[in-house]
Amino acid sequence: MSRIEGVLKSLKEQGRKALIPYITAGDPHPDQTVELMHTLAAAGADIIELGVPFSDPMADGPVIQLACERALKHGTSLRQVIGMVREFRKTDTKTPVVLMGYLNPMVAMGYREFADAAAQAGVDGVLTVDLPPEEADEVAPLFAERDLDPIFLLAPTTTDDRIRAIAEHSSGYVYYVSIKGVTGSASIDVDEVARKVAHVHELTALPVGVGFGIRDAKTAAAVGKVSDGVIVGSVLVNTIAEHQTDPAALNQALTDLLHPMREALDNQVT
Amino acid sequence: MNNTIGQALLAAFLGKKRIIAETGAGQHGVATATVCARLGLECHVFMGASDVKRQSLNVFRMKLLGATVHAVESGTKTLKDAMNDAMRDWVANVDDTFYIIGTVAGPHPYPLLVRDFQSVIGRETRRQCLEKTGKLPDALVACVGGGSNAIGMFYPFLSDESVELYGVEAGGLGIETGQHAAPLCAGRPGVLHGNRTYLMEDENGQIAGTHSVSAGLDYPGVGPEHSWLKDIGRANYVSVTDDEALAGFRTLTRVEGIMPALETSHAVAYAQKLAAGMDKDQIVVINISGRGDKDIHTVAELDGIEI
Repeated sequence: MSRIEGVLKSLKEQGRKALIPYITAGDPHPDQTVELMHTLAAAGADIIELGVPFSDPMADGPVIQLACERALKHGTSLRQVIGMVREFRKTDTKTPVVLMGYLNPMVAMGYREFADAAAQAGVDGVLTVDLPPEEADEVAPLFAERDLDPIFLLAPTTTDDRIRAIAEHSSGYVYYVSIKGVTGSASIDVDEVARKVAHVHELTALPVGVGFGIRDAKTAAAVGKVSDGVIVGSVLVNTIAEHQTDPAALNQALTDLLHPMREALDNQVT
Repeated sequence: MNNTIGQALLAAFLGKKRIIAETGAGQHGVATATVCARLGLECHVFMGASDVKRQSLNVFRMKLLGATVHAVESGTKTLKDAMNDAMRDWVANVDDTFYIIGTVAGPHPYPLLVRDFQSVIGRETRRQCLEKTGKLPDALVACVGGGSNAIGMFYPFLSDESVELYGVEAGGLGIETGQHAAPLCAGRPGVLHGNRTYLMEDENGQIAGTHSVSAGLDYPGVGPEHSWLKDIGRANYVSVTDDEALAGFRTLTRVEGIMPALETSHAVAYAQKLAAGMDKDQIVVINISGRGDKDIHTVAELDGIEI
């Protein structure tokens, strides 16, 4: 059983929902990322999505675009991001880490080399925004052999046939994009998300995480009620931007954001 | 217009009311705005902020045609960033919006759609050349940014193996300086905007900044079919520098009275070199893909003249 599967299974047994924060590696500075990951874990993160910065983040709104630019200014590369996970694993062996990014850095590194390095460093899942499952045949066996969970996105416009096909290529969880749009955009319609996630649950046995547009405890709780986990990104990245020159304040601010979400999610216990 | 008319009719057929497009030099933006005006469709054009500055004439044209021009401030503020923002808009407005991509790149089926719509160029060239000269041309020359005019010209000739194909990329300040936009000449395969193709990138897979005097060629990728034609050896991909292109611009203007776009001027410059080594009875066809009015300010500025 992969680390992701284990965590989600144990949460399910407790009737709890996963809190999955996202930050961009290398933002505001590569030296701070590992500490920020520990902060997220201490504040209640069940899984961490660690963004791999890319020059052309097509699925991201301005907040994460700017985070990528800050990280790339310091030369943050995919190899370095894997190194950060290796460092994180020295003291945290239980919090799963999912690398979220775009395909080209992986192509440049080479699929096999990437899969080897990621697995050895303790990466648990890989979400590649611009890798559709039908193009994933080359990487899929490399990931499977190393217990790396391939995670794919489902959109509000994804058809039933495609949801089934994507789920077949996925392990760990599927990521339901709650809105039509890029990360950090309009606020979400919780009823609509509830309907759609319930429908996704009918089509796959995999846990469903919901992201894009969750920015406060209230929304997190409402979405947690209908899904297996909530993914929170832009609001955290925005906080990182606001406190980029003050690491101590930054750690506190992230904790202050996540704590109420954690509590709100846990109060949903049924 | 070939490509935009085709895609706009497709959009109308699909019942979409809102059109988005990316543009570099503004040619595709103007073409899209034109067809939208004709069909009564709402039009939004995404254009890198630095291209908005250097192609102000086309920006004004688009506005006159009723389009909204969005200056894109992210990344390198050029064509690739315009394409990123168009895609971001599209995922948010997919219900009522159709994206008219201006080049043979992007996700499937765009490279195929755009090639087919642009192929009217090559089909007419082939027919006219046979009618007027009784034979096929010996060489075709077209500039390549994303490569839509070139693929449109080349495609109907692919099985005519006697016809040499030359795609001319933007050599910028010189390939050796790294300041260029010539992924086929100096890039390597990667994935951007939903297609696998030759790209300009660094060793970590980050897309590299490009430089060209012509905004329309200022793109770090290229249509995937060009990458294929390069790999199988069917087409030759070469580059000319900014200075050579400017010389081509002046030559065609003075000798023929045709003022080519700076993009097109790359093809003109290479054709001059190529023709110098050919016989007088051989035929070279240059695809004059754009007109140069829009570039007068750029050329004047390089000459130190204020208009």
